[in-house]
Amino acid sequence: MAEPYDLVVLGSGPGGYVAAIRAAQLGLKTAIVEREKLGGICLNWGCIPTKALLRSAEIFHYMNHAADYGLAAKQISADLDAIVKRSRGVASQLNAGIAHLMKKHRVAVHMGEGRLSAPGTLEVKGEKGTEALSARHIIVATGARARELPFAKADGKRIWTYRHAMTPPEMPTKLLVMGSGAIGIEFASFYNDLGAEVTVVEMLDRIVPVEDADVSAFLEKALAKQGMTILTGAGVEGLEVSASGVKARIKGKDGKVGAQEFSHVISAVGIVPNTEDIGLESLGVAMDRGFIKIDPFGRSVVKGVWAIGDCTPGPWLAHKASHEGVTAAEAIAQELGNKDVHPHPLDRRNIPGCTYCHPQIASVGLTEAKAREAGYEVKIGNFPFIGNGKAIALGEADGFVKTVFDAKTGELLGAHMIGAEVTELIQGYVVGKQLETTEAELMQAVFPHPTLSEMMHESVLAAYGRALHI
Amino acid sequence: MTVEIKMPALSPTMEEGTLAKWLVKEGDEVRSGDILAEIETDKATMEFEAVDEGRITSLVIPAGTEGVKVGAVIATLAGEDEGASAPPALPAAKAEAPAPSPAPAPTASEPAPAAPAMPAPSSGERIIASPLAKRIAAGRGIDLTAVAGSGPNGRIVKADVEALAGIAPATASMGAGAAAPSIAPPAMQPQDFGIPHVAEKLSSMRRTIAWRLTESKQQVPHIYLTVDVRLDALLALRGEINAALEPQGIKLSINDLLIKALAKSLEAVPECNVQFAGDQLLKFARADIAVAVSIPNGLITPIVADAGAKSVSSISKEMADLAARAKEGKLAPHEYQGGTASLSNMGMFAIKQFDAVINPPQAMIMAVGAGERRPFVIDDALAVATVMSATGSFDHRAIDGVDGARLMQAFRQLVENPLGMLA
Repeated sequence: MAEPYDLVVLGSGPGGYVAAIRAAQLGLKTAIVEREKLGGICLNWGCIPTKALLRSAEIFHYMNHAADYGLAAKQISADLDAIVKRSRGVASQLNAGIAHLMKKHRVAVHMGEGRLSAPGTLEVKGEKGTEALSARHIIVATGARARELPFAKADGKRIWTYRHAMTPPEMPTKLLVMGSGAIGIEFASFYNDLGAEVTVVEMLDRIVPVEDADVSAFLEKALAKQGMTILTGAGVEGLEVSASGVKARIKGKDGKVGAQEFSHVISAVGIVPNTEDIGLESLGVAMDRGFIKIDPFGRSVVKGVWAIGDCTPGPWLAHKASHEGVTAAEAIAQELGNKDVHPHPLDRRNIPGCTYCHPQIASVGLTEAKAREAGYEVKIGNFPFIGNGKAIALGEADGFVKTVFDAKTGELLGAHMIGAEVTELIQGYVVGKQLETTEAELMQAVFPHPTLSEMMHESVLAAYGRALHI
Repeated sequence: MTVEIKMPALSPTMEEGTLAKWLVKEGDEVRSGDILAEIETDKATMEFEAVDEGRITSLVIPAGTEGVKVGAVIATLAGEDEGASAPPALPAAKAEAPAPSPAPAPTASEPAPAAPAMPAPSSGERIIASPLAKRIAAGRGIDLTAVAGSGPNGRIVKADVEALAGIAPATASMGAGAAAPSIAPPAMQPQDFGIPHVAEKLSSMRRTIAWRLTESKQQVPHIYLTVDVRLDALLALRGEINAALEPQGIKLSINDLLIKALAKSLEAVPECNVQFAGDQLLKFARADIAVAVSIPNGLITPIVADAGAKSVSSISKEMADLAARAKEGKLAPHEYQGGTASLSNMGMFAIKQFDAVINPPQAMIMAVGAGERRPFVIDDALAVATVMSATGSFDHRAIDGVDGARLMQAFRQLVENPLGMLA
C-alpha cells in the first residue's frame, strides 16, 4: 500500500483538477487519477477545442462578409484540416498547462483507470501495472459521455458524436444534427458557417429548449436566415448508412415520416454519466439514473466519497464542475480540521450557461416562463442590439438583452441574451445575482461607453419603463 | 406642537414623486383622514391623507413640483396639543422601509433630525447585508441587527431574512399569488396624557416579538382546546426516575417530560405536526419542539429537535444547556429558528390556564398551567388529585378541530400513563 493521501480525485477534468488545486492550496496531501489526458473532455474534446473551431468559422464568416466593412477579400477558402490542426494545438497547449499546474501545486498525478475498491482505497490500473492508493477522502469527478440512440450508434465515419465532429475525417456536404442543445447547435453553426448544408432536428417544440422562449425564437429565425433547416417537434426514427451517405427517416411535426439523404449525422442528444464499473455500487453510493446523489457540498451517501461535475445532477457545465470542486475541497479540508475555510453551498440559480453558436447565447437564472410558473409577479426588460451604438459599429445589430425581475422585491431573477459577444457579457449579471442585487444597484452602476454592456444597463432600465435609447 | 408633513412613499420602490395638487390651503383645519394632496408617481396618482389633526401653517412645496424626494417636508401643521412636551416619535420602519400605502409617511413631532439612511445598529457596527436582503427586511419590518448572516464573511443574504420571517423558499410561498402582506409595526404616535414616563427605544428582540405576534393574531385563525390532565402518575414516575438518575446528576423537570409527551403526541397525530404554507401544507416527519424560555427583556424559543426520538434524560440535559445559554444570549440561530410546534409553561407562576399565541410558521402551541391539588371525580367518587389544565392553540387553516382534539387526547393519555412515553 502506498502512502495515504488526504484526498484523491478521480478524473482530471475542469472539476477534478480544480478540486485538486484548491485542496493543495489548503495544505491537503492530494493526488489525481486520470485514464486519458489531463484536463478531461472540456479541455481536450469539449469547450476549448470547439471554441478554437468556432473562432475559425467566425473569421471565415467575416472574410465572406468583408465587403460589409469596406474590405475586399478574394479567393477565400476554408482548409478543414488546418482548422482542426489549430484546434488540436490549442488543446495540447492547455493540456501541458494542466500538467504544469499539478506540478506547481505538488499534486501527484497517477495515470490509469481508477476504481474504488474499498472505503478509502482506490486501485489505479496503469501501463506499469496496478497500484493501490489509500485516501481519507475521494472525489469522483469522472464526467460524462455522449448519449447514443440505439439506432444511431456512432461509427466515426458517417455517424458522429461531438468527438468525431471535432476531428472530422472529411468536410460534410449535407449534415443532419440530432438535438438542439448547446453541443448540437454549436456544431450546426460551425459547419453551416463553413458551407455545409445543415438540418437540425429537435424533438421539443423549440430549439435550445432550456433557454428563454424569446431566445429560442430569435435563434431559430437567425439560423434559418443563414440557410439552416430547423425541424422542431420532429424526431429521427431511423438511420441507414450506405457507402455514399446516410438515409434518415424523419418524423415531422405533422406526424408524417419522410426519408432524406445526408452525407453525415451528428448525434447530440444528451449525455450519460461515467459512473459504471468504478466500484460505486459495491460501496453503496446512491445514484439516480446513473448520476451520483450529493448534498450541496458534494457529499455522497457514503462517508469519505464525494462527487462533483457531470457525474452528478446538472447543469452539466464545466464552470459548475469547477465550482463544485472548490466547494468539495473546502468542505473536505473543514472535515479534516481546517477552521479557516467556510465553504458555501452552490446556488444553482446563479450558474450561467453559454452557447457559442452564431449569434451567441448566454443566460443565467430563471426564464420568464419559469419565473411566472414559480409564482413570481415579474417585470421584464428587453433591449435590442439595434439600439446600441457599439453593436451597430461592429456590424452586429442583431440580438437582444432580456432581464426578469421580481416585481415585489426587485430581485434580478434571470437574464437572457442573444447576439455578438454575449457570452463575455453575462458575467456582469452573474456577479449581480450572486451579490443579490436589486434593480436599484444595477440602475446606479455606470456602464462604460461605447460598449455592448450598455445594453445590460438599458435592459434593466427597460424593465422599469426607463430605457433611454429605445 | 408643529408637525412636519413629509412626502410619502406610496410604493416600496418610490424614491420621488410629483406633488400634483394641494387640496388644502394654509390656515385650513384638517382632521385625520382628510385628503391633503394628490401625489403622482411614475405609476399612478394617489391621494395623500392626513394622519394628524391641526391647522395647516404652511405649504412648503408648491403644487405642480416634480421630483419631490420621499421624506422631504412638504407642509407644516400646528397640532392641537400645542405646548405639551411630546416624547420623541417611535422610530417608524426607518427611511429604508417606506411604509406601504395606505400608511402615510411617518410624521415626526418636533423638528425631526434627518433620518439616517440605515438603522444604525446599537453596537455601532456596519450591517453587512445584500441589497435584496435589506429590501426584503425593510418591507417586512425586520431589524437586520437581529439577523445572523450565512453568506461569505457573515453577510446577511436573502435566505437568512426569509428564514427569520418564516417565509418558505420562493417556490413554496409564492404560489397562488399569496401576497404576504407587510407586517411592519404600525407607526404609532405615543400618547402620554401628561403622565410622567420614560420612553425606551424598543430592542430588536422586542420589535421582532411585536411583529411576529401581531402577524400571528392577524393572519392565523386560532382555535383553542383545553383539557384537564391528572399529573399524579407523572409525578410519581418523575420521582422514581430522578432517584435512579441522581448518581448521574440528572434531575428531570415536569417540563422535560411534557416536551417528550408533546412530541410523542405529534407523532401519534401527525395531522397536527404541520405548517400552512400558502398553496401547500408541509407535513413534518419528526417533531421538533420549541420551548418558550423567558430571558431578560423578552423571550426566546430554543428547540429540542426530534424530541420524540430522544430519551427524557437527554431532553433534560439538552434543555438545561439551551436554557442556560439562552439566558446568556449565546444561542446560535439554528438553535432557536425552526421547530414544528411550541410548548409554553406558566405553571411556576400558579397560572391556572392560558391561551398562547401560535408562533408562525408553526401550526400549534401547547400552553400548560400549574399542577394543583383539585377536587376530582375518580371512579364516580369525589377525590383529590393533582391536575393541570393544558390548552392547545391550533392554526385552523391547517388543522381541523377534530384533529386538534385528538392531539389533546393523546397528550392527556400520555401524561396520565407516562410509561407510554418512555416506551
